[in-house]
Amino acid sequence: MKKPLELYLHIPFCQRKCNYCDFLSFPAPMPQQERYLSALLREVEARAAACRDYEVVSLFLGGGTPSVVSPLWIGRLMDAVRGSYICADGMEATIEVNPGTVDLSKLTAYRLAGLNRVSIGMQSASDEELARLGRIHTWGQFLEAYQAARDAGFANVNVDVMSALPGQTPSSYDRTLQSLLSLDPVPEHISAYSLIVEDGTPFAALRDAGRLPLPDEDQEREMYYHTREALEAAGYRRYEISNYARPGYACRHNCGYWVRTPYLGFGLGAASLFEEARFSNTRDFSAYCENPLDCRVDIHPLSRKERMEEFLFLGLRLTDGVMDDRFREEFGKGLMQVYGPVIDRNGKDGLLCWEAGRLRLTDRGVDVSNYVSAQFLLD
Amino acid sequence: MAAIDQSKIRNFCIIAHIDHGKSTLADRIIEQTGLLTSREMQAQVLDNMDLERERGITIKAQAVRTVYRAKDGEEYILNLIDTPGHVDFNYEVSRSLAACDGAVLVVDAAQGIEAQTLANVYLALDHNLDVFPVINKIDLPSAQPERVIEEIEDVIGIEAHDAPLISAKNGIGIDEVLEQIVRKVPAPKGDPGNPLKALIFDSVYDSYKGVIVFCRIMEGCVRKGAMIRMMATGAREEVVEVGYFGAGQFIPCEELSAGMVGYITASIKNLKDTQVGDTVTDDARPCDQPLPGYKKAQSMVFCGVYPADGAKYPDLRDALEKLKLNDASLNYEPETSVALGFGFRCGFLGLLHLEIIQERLEREYNLDLVTTAPSVIYKIHKTNGEVLDLTNPTNMPDLSEIEYMEEPVVSAEIMVTSEFIGPIMELCQERRGKYLGMEYIEGVRALLKYELPLNEIIYDFFDALKSRSRGYASFDYDLKGYEQSRLVKLDILINREEVDALSFIVHADSAYERGRKMCEKLKDEIPRHLFEIPIQAAIGGKVIARETVKAMRKDVLAKCYGGDISRKKKLLEKQKEGKKRMRQIGNVEVPQKAFMSVLKLDDKK
Repeated sequence: MKKPLELYLHIPFCQRKCNYCDFLSFPAPMPQQERYLSALLREVEARAAACRDYEVVSLFLGGGTPSVVSPLWIGRLMDAVRGSYICADGMEATIEVNPGTVDLSKLTAYRLAGLNRVSIGMQSASDEELARLGRIHTWGQFLEAYQAARDAGFANVNVDVMSALPGQTPSSYDRTLQSLLSLDPVPEHISAYSLIVEDGTPFAALRDAGRLPLPDEDQEREMYYHTREALEAAGYRRYEISNYARPGYACRHNCGYWVRTPYLGFGLGAASLFEEARFSNTRDFSAYCENPLDCRVDIHPLSRKERMEEFLFLGLRLTDGVMDDRFREEFGKGLMQVYGPVIDRNGKDGLLCWEAGRLRLTDRGVDVSNYVSAQFLLD
Repeated sequence: MAAIDQSKIRNFCIIAHIDHGKSTLADRIIEQTGLLTSREMQAQVLDNMDLERERGITIKAQAVRTVYRAKDGEEYILNLIDTPGHVDFNYEVSRSLAACDGAVLVVDAAQGIEAQTLANVYLALDHNLDVFPVINKIDLPSAQPERVIEEIEDVIGIEAHDAPLISAKNGIGIDEVLEQIVRKVPAPKGDPGNPLKALIFDSVYDSYKGVIVFCRIMEGCVRKGAMIRMMATGAREEVVEVGYFGAGQFIPCEELSAGMVGYITASIKNLKDTQVGDTVTDDARPCDQPLPGYKKAQSMVFCGVYPADGAKYPDLRDALEKLKLNDASLNYEPETSVALGFGFRCGFLGLLHLEIIQERLEREYNLDLVTTAPSVIYKIHKTNGEVLDLTNPTNMPDLSEIEYMEEPVVSAEIMVTSEFIGPIMELCQERRGKYLGMEYIEGVRALLKYELPLNEIIYDFFDALKSRSRGYASFDYDLKGYEQSRLVKLDILINREEVDALSFIVHADSAYERGRKMCEKLKDEIPRHLFEIPIQAAIGGKVIARETVKAMRKDVLAKCYGGDISRKKKLLEKQKEGKKRMRQIGNVEVPQKAFMSVLKLDDKK
């Protein structure tokens, strides 16, 4: 039997960088895009040889904004994956798109190329909030993109939404959620993130200058709780800290990260977990384009201790938590044998609980999940 | 080496208010006497500790010997003994002065006489030194040398009309200073044939040579191989080496004789055997009387010093022992705190001294420290007639056992330009000062005299003084005595547990204000926990102020993108690391720096 593998393909281009974005992405002219995509294609093809024992269960084209590049290139990349790798039946294949960069013909091309899931960056239903975020689109443009995705035949659509935005109030956020839930049909999947102001972004500069009116912690939590209430009432389940899905539509790719399914990241700065080592590609654009096959950096084989730590601090992001049996299978010891005192202490504090052989965060535990997770780092 | 003619030796020091250019003048003197080439000159040769250079002040008395060919064609040996300028170090000034015969008084041509100018001059006159003035910084646009000369003659009453007008920074007028040193500083007296009598004015520990004793030979002479005796401690040692002070190095010589300044190393094993101020004599042929020594250092400010890592306690003890060797004014004894574990209660000359020792411990000995709020010595008169000297607030007896308490009071002199008299008087008022009077100097400046409780000036008085006078006020104080006072012990409770290391003693009238500020400050320093943490200030069990650290609402990373978990891992590692630097008080984790942050409760910014 083949082992499961996930593939991530990074497209570092966008039309304009958003004010909160600290991902590896930037606008670039066509020749630069071409140069990069050729390198990416080479990498995808060349790595297949090392993956003979694996079958690809999910594929994710992320960015940046993958939809800014020509759909022809998306087709070539997909052909390369399907031609060189063993792909599982029903492989989940997602592409990230932004409103304002897609139309029906592009989305149809994606469908034909073999993509079966599309993730649309909506972020907010308020044009004012969108403008403040530095998004290139309006609510109206999102509606068009969403409709086009459905028309192109995508039956599995994710929509990204953000809370705790500058100037956002619980009631304006509620309007965003209501607008989202009034889509017909509603999205199968919703990623609902709280804004994190990352250093080095325009938002960080504004914040440091005292000119970013962020909601306070209480309001932020209120929005977080409200997201869950509203979405659960509409038939979604929160399966991960920030992700909601209708039954059967949890994102396999995303879950793979938390249960440590092996994955290979292709493209600039992309991260991998493969054969129990973590590594990344270089973040240097020219270096990558010149030598996409020999640009891995930060290669870090994981020790047993680190694998245990990851098992916990990644696994606990899932609502279902981590399975004691799986831990035992991998490490030959039960969770309580390794982490007894930490589990007991946090259990007493009401942050962790056991349920049917699984250890998971309580609702309160989710609020302070970093605090809990940090305790699972071993000395 | 031929016997040195005593009449060709000049032992002198330079005294000045802080920043008036003492160290720069010392550098120029060393430079111009040609003992060093310009290439060998570092910016400030005498200040060889990093810390001194950074702070721009001279902490430790040190000495250097130079050779000067005067205009009369003769060569003179100039022994320059460096002195610190800050008020906290009067004691060290005093021990340097005892080794000298004359003093050069440096006065800033723009600023004129300052509080410490006066303090240092009086100290020098007390030691019967001949003092002559030098006007420095004449290159400044705001320099008014004539006014300053007049001021010196009027206020201090020493002759100043022929004072050299110099710029130490630009090397102007240094020759004249050297000539006046030769002319005005008297040659040392003392008979090389008499029994040895030498004053220890400093000592340092060197890992190769062991204890190095700095001394001024008053009578007799000392050479290698002699058996010497320390008169106060009774320790007997064989001299291994004698020598004098090159710039930044020790230069061995045959012998040191009456009138000379130099060093002695012996097989001194126990650091405690050499006390600064003690008299060294010949063991076989001792002198009849020890030298009078000088005013002993008095610790005025006390605080607890603890290693951040409890396992470093022995390292801290060794470091204190070594520092004590060349800083006799540092006192310490072991103590224990519930919150902080094993440490020492240390006595200092003042707050600056405290800060410097703390920094030296951290830098030179690589120690991470936690210090508690500084305290003074309170006298507690108990109902049973006993009198207790209290240096640690934790040891305060129950109120029912106390008849009354006394606190130390200082007489303070503050020199200030007239426009800031108002704000400075207000400050002294706030600090429970008793106004004693004011003298005008030269029309625009005034000398304010106050009596102030010492515990009001050990926190941030100096900072407040500077900020309310735009840096112009200068300050000097002397311990006056003890006065009865209404004092209370203020306790701090974190999550309802009393934290001994945060207790302090305060006047009853300021207790509420101080308690409130402490709580506010701690609220900012203590990180949120899973539960709410009340922070309370209390007197004898009665809560007078309260703040609350709200429970942690949220500590969650919303997004983890593209499988890049490295950032999340780093964040978690940082959190775990941070926990290690916390002190556990009950079930609350308090950062080390919270204990120190309460020292600075600035009121007016």
